[in-house]
Amino acid sequence: MSADVLIIGGGLHGLSAALQAARRGAAVQLVERHFLGRHASGATAAGVRTLGRDGAELPLSLEAARDWHDMEGLVGDDCGFVACGQLQVAEDELSLTKIEMRIKRLQAMGHFHEQMVGPDEIRSLLPGISAHCLGGAWVSSDGSADPHRTIRAFRDAAIRAGVDIIEECLVTALTRSATGWRAETSRGVFEAEIVVNAAGAWADHVSHLAGDPLQHEIRTSMMVVTERSASRIKPVVGSFGKKLSLKQTSQGTFLIGGGSQGKLAADRQSATVDVVALAASMQAAVRVFPELEGVRIVRTWVGMEAMTSDHRPVIGFSQQVEGLIHVFGFSGHGFQLVPSVGRVVADLICQGHTNHDLDAFCVSRVSIERVAA
Amino acid sequence: MSYDVAIVGAGPAGMSAAIRLREFGASVVVIDEQPSPGGQIFRGIERNASSPVFPALGKDYQKGQALAAAFRVSGAEYLPSTQVWQIEDGWNLYLTAEGKAQRIAARAVLLANGAQERPVPFAGWTLPGVMTVGAAQILLKSGGMLPEGKVWIAGAGPLPLLYATQLLNLGGRIAGFLDTSTPPRLSALRRLPGAWRDFGGLLKGLRWLRGIKRSGIIVRGFSDLRAEGNEHLEHLTWEMEGKRHRVEADVLLVHEGVVPRIHETLALGCAHHWNDEQGYLAAKVDRWGESSRKSLFVAGDASGIGGWLAATISGEIAALGIAGRLGISSETDRLRKRAHLDRRRKRALALRPFLDAMYPPPRNRLPDDVIACRCEEVTAGAIRAAARNSPADPSAVKAATRCGMGPCQGRQCGYTVQALLAEVHGLPVSEVRFFHIRPPLKPVTLGEIASLEKADRAT
Amino acid sequence: MFKSVREQLGKRSDMIVLVNGVETPAWDGETVASVLLRVPGAGRRSPVSGTPRLPYCQMGVCFECLAIVDGIASTQGCLVPVRPGMRIESQRGPREISR
Repeated sequence: MSADVLIIGGGLHGLSAALQAARRGAAVQLVERHFLGRHASGATAAGVRTLGRDGAELPLSLEAARDWHDMEGLVGDDCGFVACGQLQVAEDELSLTKIEMRIKRLQAMGHFHEQMVGPDEIRSLLPGISAHCLGGAWVSSDGSADPHRTIRAFRDAAIRAGVDIIEECLVTALTRSATGWRAETSRGVFEAEIVVNAAGAWADHVSHLAGDPLQHEIRTSMMVVTERSASRIKPVVGSFGKKLSLKQTSQGTFLIGGGSQGKLAADRQSATVDVVALAASMQAAVRVFPELEGVRIVRTWVGMEAMTSDHRPVIGFSQQVEGLIHVFGFSGHGFQLVPSVGRVVADLICQGHTNHDLDAFCVSRVSIERVAA
Repeated sequence: MSYDVAIVGAGPAGMSAAIRLREFGASVVVIDEQPSPGGQIFRGIERNASSPVFPALGKDYQKGQALAAAFRVSGAEYLPSTQVWQIEDGWNLYLTAEGKAQRIAARAVLLANGAQERPVPFAGWTLPGVMTVGAAQILLKSGGMLPEGKVWIAGAGPLPLLYATQLLNLGGRIAGFLDTSTPPRLSALRRLPGAWRDFGGLLKGLRWLRGIKRSGIIVRGFSDLRAEGNEHLEHLTWEMEGKRHRVEADVLLVHEGVVPRIHETLALGCAHHWNDEQGYLAAKVDRWGESSRKSLFVAGDASGIGGWLAATISGEIAALGIAGRLGISSETDRLRKRAHLDRRRKRALALRPFLDAMYPPPRNRLPDDVIACRCEEVTAGAIRAAARNSPADPSAVKAATRCGMGPCQGRQCGYTVQALLAEVHGLPVSEVRFFHIRPPLKPVTLGEIASLEKADRAT
Repeated sequence: MFKSVREQLGKRSDMIVLVNGVETPAWDGETVASVLLRVPGAGRRSPVSGTPRLPYCQMGVCFECLAIVDGIASTQGCLVPVRPGMRIESQRGPREISR
């Protein structure tokens, strides 16, 4: 089996790159070890957030925000996206000051998407919020989506664009010759000119196979989902400086995360829920929304994702091996970036370069030699 | 709090294990969801002795009295009306009772959490008026409740026959029995080879059958049973000899056997085996009842369906196994022999192979319009459609359909999803996984989990 | 749908509970789920489709007996014995929060 590009990893970033590259005429194969969206993409809270974005990510995030408002046009389905707004509350004076400073900095740079809101406004946005919340930052055009619907929409669009998707396909060896790559997998040999490493928590493993050893941590963010409840909370809510992110889904369930970490197995292949850490996270939720105290948790899970030391993704060509592109390390906030990063990776695949500034995402940050030195 | 042994479940296996472990002087805590000891089989046993239903519940039920009494005086700490929602290595058990969560520690854990009735979806099974035979029997044991109106029973196995007899003895009526067992049928019990080993049990079966015939009709060889009605059950219909039959009904009680409770052992990553004849998963245990995980034991129906008598014996065996594992006793082999536990268990299980062969789980094709997941109302058709678009992995189907995402946490749809995936992908069911089971094992409130953090900080 | 054997024998009920505000006789040993089956229209409604549901398994595994018991929503009725004066309310559709 031969193609222009072989994408390793069937998460949303792999699928988005596959879709964009195929639409520009590339012959694309995508292999996924389990099933599409098995890890971070399926475990995400699916927040669509420009609020509080790192400055280096902001251009990609603002570009993606435009895509989210027209997902129908991009992938033929709205992916369950609702522009319900995102609110970051300040639970104390210091947090409020820091939010104010951030918004001023953004405005100085010409970005006006974040707005300061006061105590009355947060109470009208969130009737059940605790009285101690002082105000916060609000982005009305942010929102959230349905992760599984998003995966299906990108998969279907990718297939329509001609991408060949192979699930339950584990890459066991990657070798580079003058003509390109040869990938040995549990489902046979694949050949391609370019390989894209979109393997998420297993990106380090793929980088080793490809002869460009990189290293990263693994984030094991826990998520909680409750029983279906009467509609109460519209926006996605976070708390400044705290591990809390909360939304009510269209089914009425509350989805609570925010970065509390589960326990990573010693072999780094799986992760389990840490009840004590979860308790802290639930306490944060009940502190901001006291009325949720009696709501019942139905399931919890842990999403595994690559995390870099500066929490910025790795996007770009390998500096060691020809024809290898890395796209991973979104460190828990990659969902919103899916449409724009897919275009950037397609630029790299099809043109060999992109007009986006990728300096902040360069591969050398995570190369083992660099880290060792 | 810290104990030598934490036992989950106060049914026959849990009670007998607790009694035996207390004889060794071990500190024991027994945690149970129900307000009083007995499990489902002996539900209400302490209260029912003075109830008018007591004689009708039969000799086997009455035997629970002595066991519950011995358990009460055993010195085991007993936590009724308490749910275990997470078990961690080491072992830590997270519990909740009366809206308050707590954590206890134990050196060994015995899961004696029994069985549940096998969920068998059919058209209309979510309609009020439809429930399981086991549920009706529990209503009888816990409040002396009898069904009223036109009562139908559909299913197979010993329980419907036992319940029907109990109901008739109490003056209840049964409009009809829809026998779903495939040939060899009930009447064939007589011919089963090897049955001489428990002839008394067989005779009981035949007596039940005669009682039902006197009360109502028996229907056999039908297909596509449907429960119909507006807001509640009004009619049953079924297909037979090319014709659709229709009867009025107020209550339909269904039963297709029982299966072990596996959420706990699955969540703990224990090795399981697939019982192909009965179509269920059960944790693999060694001759002492120890699972693939050290100092985690499973006894009673939770480790494979054997009935209450075998459960009490396996509880005793597990108690010896735990005593050995914890270094409390070094004579467990001798004690096992002296109490004739293996011989007694063999006798208690004598009828089991025939029952298992007699009453295989239904394997008929589920119509697309039937709801498989009661909580999220996902149909068999929707699951098939998702299965066609994904690898044979229930997690993928769950993500695509929400099947298994409701409060029952897949307890009603797990096996159905497995079977549908196997059907769509042309695989044996044994090669398809069950859902991933993650905490909490029972729905627990945000406030309950949050309160643990405060408790942790305080210590 | 169900009736106590003792009621059929003409015995008086053991206690009174409130089902959606209505005084209802109840019997020692029975559970909230049992009461839901005896009182017409007391069952829950599915939060997905709004269709009516009644307790199915009585052994804690189907969650069809969810009710609001003494103000606590999503209580598994089959695990809770009745007590004199207990307030049982139907949980119709998605649960309300703040209770």
